[in-house]
Amino acid sequence: MKKELLKLEHIEKSFAGRKIIEDLELTVHENEFVTLLGPSGCGKTTLLRLIGGFEQPDSGRILFEGQDITRLAPEKRQVNTVFQKYSLFAHMDVAANIAFGLKLKGKSQSYIQDKIKYALKLVNLDGYEHAQVTELSGGQQQRIAIARAIVNEPKVLLLDEPLSALDLKLRQNMQRELVKIKRELGITFIFVTHDQEEALSMSDTVVVMNQGWIQQIGTPESVYNEPENAFVADFIGDSNIVDGIMVRDELVHLLGKDIPCINKGFGENVPVDVQIRPEDIRICEPEQGDFRGVIKSVVFKGTVYDITVAAGGFDWLVQTITGHAAGKEVGIQLPPYNIQIMAKPESEDEEAVGDA
Amino acid sequence: MHNYALRRLFGVPFVIWGVLFVLLPLFFVLQQGLTDAEGAFSLATLGEALQWEYLKALGLSVGLALVSTVICLILGYPLCLILREHRQQNGLLIFLLFLLPLWMNSLLTTMAWQTILERHGVLNMLLGALSLPALNIVNTPAAIVIGMVYNFLPYMVLPLYVAIVKVDNSVIEAARDLGATHWQTLRYVLLPLTRAGIISGCTMVFIPALTTFVISALLGGNKVLLIGNIIEQEFTAAYDWQLGSALSMVLMVFIILNMIVEFFTSAQQRKEAV
Repeated sequence: MKKELLKLEHIEKSFAGRKIIEDLELTVHENEFVTLLGPSGCGKTTLLRLIGGFEQPDSGRILFEGQDITRLAPEKRQVNTVFQKYSLFAHMDVAANIAFGLKLKGKSQSYIQDKIKYALKLVNLDGYEHAQVTELSGGQQQRIAIARAIVNEPKVLLLDEPLSALDLKLRQNMQRELVKIKRELGITFIFVTHDQEEALSMSDTVVVMNQGWIQQIGTPESVYNEPENAFVADFIGDSNIVDGIMVRDELVHLLGKDIPCINKGFGENVPVDVQIRPEDIRICEPEQGDFRGVIKSVVFKGTVYDITVAAGGFDWLVQTITGHAAGKEVGIQLPPYNIQIMAKPESEDEEAVGDA
Repeated sequence: MHNYALRRLFGVPFVIWGVLFVLLPLFFVLQQGLTDAEGAFSLATLGEALQWEYLKALGLSVGLALVSTVICLILGYPLCLILREHRQQNGLLIFLLFLLPLWMNSLLTTMAWQTILERHGVLNMLLGALSLPALNIVNTPAAIVIGMVYNFLPYMVLPLYVAIVKVDNSVIEAARDLGATHWQTLRYVLLPLTRAGIISGCTMVFIPALTTFVISALLGGNKVLLIGNIIEQEFTAAYDWQLGSALSMVLMVFIILNMIVEFFTSAQQRKEAV
C-alpha cells in the first residue's frame, strides 16, 4: 500500500447541538483519488472543511504526514481547495487570480508567469490570462479555480462538489479532465459529491457517508458490488432490497421461499437485508423462475428498459436490454452469486435508508 | 406608445421638483455670488470670498471633515466585519445600536456631547474621580471631530455593511486557503472588493462634515470657525447674501470634486464587474 498522507482520528463535530460527524476515522494515501459520497447533510462537506482548516473538530486529531495539524490555520496547510461556488476574485483578471497564492509566497515574476502558463494549459484555457473572471462561463470559472489551486503545488487538493453547477455534458467532460489532471500532477484528490456516478467513475477509493457516519470505504467496484449495508446498496445505483432471514450458510429465506446464495458466516436464522441489482435479475418463463409474477410497467431509459415485476408480494425493479410487454406473466431468476446479503444495522442511528 | 406617455407623465412631478428645489436655488446662489450690490455681473464678491481668512476656515473645514471621515472608516470597517460574522445571531442588535443615533435629533445629541466634554462636564468629573488631570476638549477642533464622528458614523456604516455582506464567505476562505493571513485577506481581497462601499461611505460622511455648522457652533464655541459657520453668519447675522453665496460656491467646488472622484472610481468598478 502507498504511503499514508492524511489521517483523521476520532473526529467529532457538532453544530448548534446537532452532531454532524461522529467518531470518524479515515486514512488517505499519497496520490489517491478519494471521493466522499453521501446525501446532503451527511457531513461530507464538513469533513472537507475540517481538512482544509475552515472548521475545527470538537475532538479528535488530524495528522498530515504524521504532524498534528488539527488547529493549524488554513493558510499554513499544504492543502488547497476548489470551492463549489468557484469563489474567484472578481476584482482580478484570470492571471492575477492564479498568481494570488504564488505572490503571497514571494515567488519570482518569471516563476509565476511560467506557472500561470502551465496551469492554463493543464485546464485547457491557454491564452485566457487577461480575461476578466466575470466574463467566463461556469465551466471556465471552475477550471480557473482549479488552476488557481494547483499552482501552489498542494499535496492534497480538496474539491467541494466542483461540478454540481455545471450541465450534464460539461460535467462529464470535466470528470474526465479532472482524472487526467490528477494523473499528471500525481497528488492526492479528496472530492466531495452527492452524485454516485461521479464517485464511481473517478475515484480510487469511495467513502460512503450518511448522518455523520462512514458507511463503507472501498473501491468503486466493491461499494457497488458488495455493499455492506442497505444504505450503501440503496444510495449507490438502483437496488432491490428485501428483508430476509439467513437460514444457514448459502441459503436465505426470502418472501416465503428459500433461495440459494453464496454468502457465509451470518449464523443461523439471522434477520438480514438482501440486495439484488436490477441488471442481475433475469426474466424467464413463468415456471422456470424463483418467483412467478406479472410485469406491471415498462419504461424505456435509452440503454435499458426499467421493468417492474410484481412477484412474491414485492415489486422488483429489473433492467433488461430487450423490451417486454406490460401485463405479461413471467418468472424471475435470482442468480445466487448476484445476491448480496447485508447485516441489519445495529442501531437506529446507523440506519437511514430512505433518508437520501 | 400609451405606456411611454404614461411613464413620462409620472416623471413630471420629479421634473417640477428638480426645477423648483434644485435648479432654481442653485441659480439664485450663482446669481447672488456673481453680482455686485447693484445687480451687475461682477467677480468682486467671489474675489472677496477667496481671501485668506475664509480660505483658512475652508482649509480647516476640509481638514476636519477628512479626519472625521478617516476615523469613521477606521471605526466602521471593523464594525461591519464583526456584523458580517454575526449577522445570523445578534447582528441586528448591534446594527440598531449604531443606527439609533439617527433616530435622535442631531442637535440634541450634539448638545449632549457639549455637556460631556465641557470644562466641568461629565468626562472631566469622571477623570477627576479617578484622580486624572482634566482635559480641555470643548471649543477645540478635537471636540468638533468627536461630534462629527458620532453624528455621521451611521452614514459610513450603512453603505459599508451593504458592500461587505455582499462578499461571499467562500471568497474569503479561498484567500485564506491560498495562503493569505487575515491581514493579507483584508488588504488584497476584502478592501478591493468593497471599494465602492468605502467610497460612498466616505462621501456620505465627508460632505455633511464639510458643510456642517451646528456641530462646530455647539462644540467649537466661537473659537473654531468652519466654513459652514461663516456662511451661516453671512446670511443670518451680516446679511451679506452675496458673500454668503460666493462662499457657498467655493464650498461647492470641493463637493463636486469629491463627487467626480466617486463617479470615476465607481464607473471603473462597474467596468471591471462587467
